Amino acid sequence: MAKIVSMQEAVAQIKDGMTIMVPGFLSAGAANEILHAIKEAGIKDLTVICNDGGDPKREHSLAELIHSGQVAHLWATHIGLNPEVGQKMNDGSMKVTLVPQGSMAEKIRAGGYGLGGVLTPTGIGTPVGDGAEDVGGTKKQIINIDGKDFLLERPLHADVALIYGSVADKYGNVKIHGDARNFNIVMAFAADTVICQADEIIDMMDPDEVLIPGALVKYIVDGGNK
Amino acid sequence: MDKALIKGYIAKRVAKEFKDGDFVNLGIGLPTMVPAYLPADVHVILEAEVGMAGQGGKPEVVDPNVVDAGGQPSSIAPGGAFIDSATSFGLIRGGHVDATVLGALQVDEKGNLANWIIPGKMVPGMGGAMDLVVGAKNVIVAMEHTQKGAHKILKECTLPLTAQTCVTKIITEMAVINVTDKGLELVEINPEFTVEQVQEATGAPLIVSPDLKNIEE
Repeated sequence: MAKIVSMQEAVAQIKDGMTIMVPGFLSAGAANEILHAIKEAGIKDLTVICNDGGDPKREHSLAELIHSGQVAHLWATHIGLNPEVGQKMNDGSMKVTLVPQGSMAEKIRAGGYGLGGVLTPTGIGTPVGDGAEDVGGTKKQIINIDGKDFLLERPLHADVALIYGSVADKYGNVKIHGDARNFNIVMAFAADTVICQADEIIDMMDPDEVLIPGALVKYIVDGGNK
Repeated sequence: MDKALIKGYIAKRVAKEFKDGDFVNLGIGLPTMVPAYLPADVHVILEAEVGMAGQGGKPEVVDPNVVDAGGQPSSIAPGGAFIDSATSFGLIRGGHVDATVLGALQVDEKGNLANWIIPGKMVPGMGGAMDLVVGAKNVIVAMEHTQKGAHKILKECTLPLTAQTCVTKIITEMAVINVTDKGLELVEINPEFTVEQVQEATGAPLIVSPDLKNIEE
């Protein structure tokens, strides 16, 4: 059964140098309060896997962790809405690896589903295609299957995934309202430890409504957004 | 053509590409104007890569959990579904989306597309664009014909690509051009321009269709 913990206990799971998965499109579907607590705790040298660079207009967001220099390497699909990411990328203070959004989803899914990678037509003939840097400093390569070229995208895995739930129950089951679910489901599979920040914690939810099974979720934190 | 009217003119012509029930993904900017020009009997289902199969319009009441790909408030259309990122790109990459409409920095006669990066300038990232143009059945580039007179439609793109041989149709304020195996086929023209003017504004040879028509307003 998942454990309901304080924000301090949750953040104690995260150490310097870890790889963390951060779902969300800007702030929608992100565990913004946990991210804020990580910033306050000063945990550094983090590798972050996220769709974007957080919401710079919001006080509590991945953007504040990037601003404070606690992120050493960011995997992202779109960084245009947080200009500081591009600045840090250009001045070399943060490494940024860009991945097409669909390939990002599949790399994470492969990491969580026990697959050795995925083969996608996306990215061929582009700067993120053949020969581009991939996980662990490897190079992306083209694999021809029955006459059609595909790009091998290696799996992404993390030490911790910080997921968001509209509602979590004491068993760790999570449901998410709206399109805030985005990367939450795949990321819940692809990390050693899954921590959920929930707007609301209840005793037990209808099994038909569960989006992320409780068996994947280790810790639940009250996000206080009721 | 009057600058202020160009975007609406292009969006109106793009709207004619859709039939009732089409499942389409619209890029940012001009493409989002297209639904306003659809005839009353044509309803399309909008795919939003952020996680909606059936995106609605601007909401009356803001729900922080329902956003568009730019993180701005959005809504779900009647009959729509919320989907996660893997499912969303399964729809996109899997060929389930009938068409995507997006802008371009450059497009060439082979249908190669460049629309995400200018070397030396700030890099916004490709987001979902690379998957969309690889996966959608029809890839429609909707843009101004030139960049202040500089060619955007070329024999070969010079900027880094978004994807190879993906564009099926180019719609501008001057013309409608199909990308074919033989090259760029001029199929419709804005009657304000001559074929020679369109060719002059295009950096690749145009094959003038024997059935060349005027773009109907």
